[in-house]
Amino acid sequence: MQTNERGLRWLETEGSLTVYLEGDIDHHTAQTIRSRIDTRLFLVRPRELVLDLARVNFMDSAGLGLILGRFTKASELGVSFRLNNPNRHIQKILDLAGMERLVPITVGKTG
Amino acid sequence: MEKNHRTEPAESARTEPRVLNECRLTFPSLSANEGYARACAAAFCAQLDPTATEISDIKCAVSEAVTNAIVHGYRDTAGEIIMTLRQLPDRVVKIEIRDKGCGIANVEEARTPLYTTDPAGERSGMGFTVMESFMDTLRVVSAPGRGTKVTMTKKFTCLPRVRR
Ligand SMILES: Nc1ncnc2c1ncn2[C@@H]1O[C@H](COP(=O)(O)OP(=O)(O)O)[C@@H](O)[C@H]1O
Ligand SMILES: [Mg+2]
Repeated sequence: MQTNERGLRWLETEGSLTVYLEGDIDHHTAQTIRSRIDTRLFLVRPRELVLDLARVNFMDSAGLGLILGRFTKASELGVSFRLNNPNRHIQKILDLAGMERLVPITVGKTG
Repeated sequence: MEKNHRTEPAESARTEPRVLNECRLTFPSLSANEGYARACAAAFCAQLDPTATEISDIKCAVSEAVTNAIVHGYRDTAGEIIMTLRQLPDRVVKIEIRDKGCGIANVEEARTPLYTTDPAGERSGMGFTVMESFMDTLRVVSAPGRGTKVTMTKKFTCLPRVRR
């Protein structure tokens, strides 16, 4: 596990880049999170990008925009994409957007 | 304590339920206040001993309305946002979020799921849908050039204390 200078943690294993998101994801925080993920994505060029949501305690529709934006970016680069470990509150908002039809959502294993 | 914001006393006496508690917050349209506004709403609602899901729903809905005022209403310029929290009888909370920004020409269209006027900003167009789904009622009153008022209510379930 590595940590960047501003606290976003990630793990790189066998072609997979897992980003561990934390805290609140709203319009205020999304912009910074977005640029940090994209920087990693372009530097690492993994086969798969995983956003781990286990430590996210709040997310609104700005998080949906963030997720869909990363999905689009990953697709453009030929990188597969999935979400891991959303809590039940976050699952509720993912369901509202029909996220599961676009993006695999997994539970438990990371990396 | 200012009371003069209640519109038309004669009419409101007939149609509006009794207000048991009320709190009003005015803050500038800074994105840092999105977290502040939902924390305040959550703290106000905590008096009603809500479930974790109810609190999470309230926070999400408030976050959507306040973010909209900041990014759409004032288009990232400086403006004032007024949030009024009211506790009504029967464990109902009424939340009003008001801006004096650009307003919405077609509210019905704006409320459509996935509709956004700012796709470049990685918006999902799901803000009003979230408010509608996570609250019991949503009312949007808006006029171009005049601003927008979003009013939402939610009735909290009545669970025995031991469950929490
Ligand atoms: N307070 C507001 N002032 C002006 N326009 C607004 C306001 N709230 C919402 N809108 C308009 O309604 C649209 C839909 O809002 P919403 O469902 O939250 O989606 P999003 O914010 O992702 O665009 C916005 O794109 C915007 O055009
Ligand atoms: Mg919105």
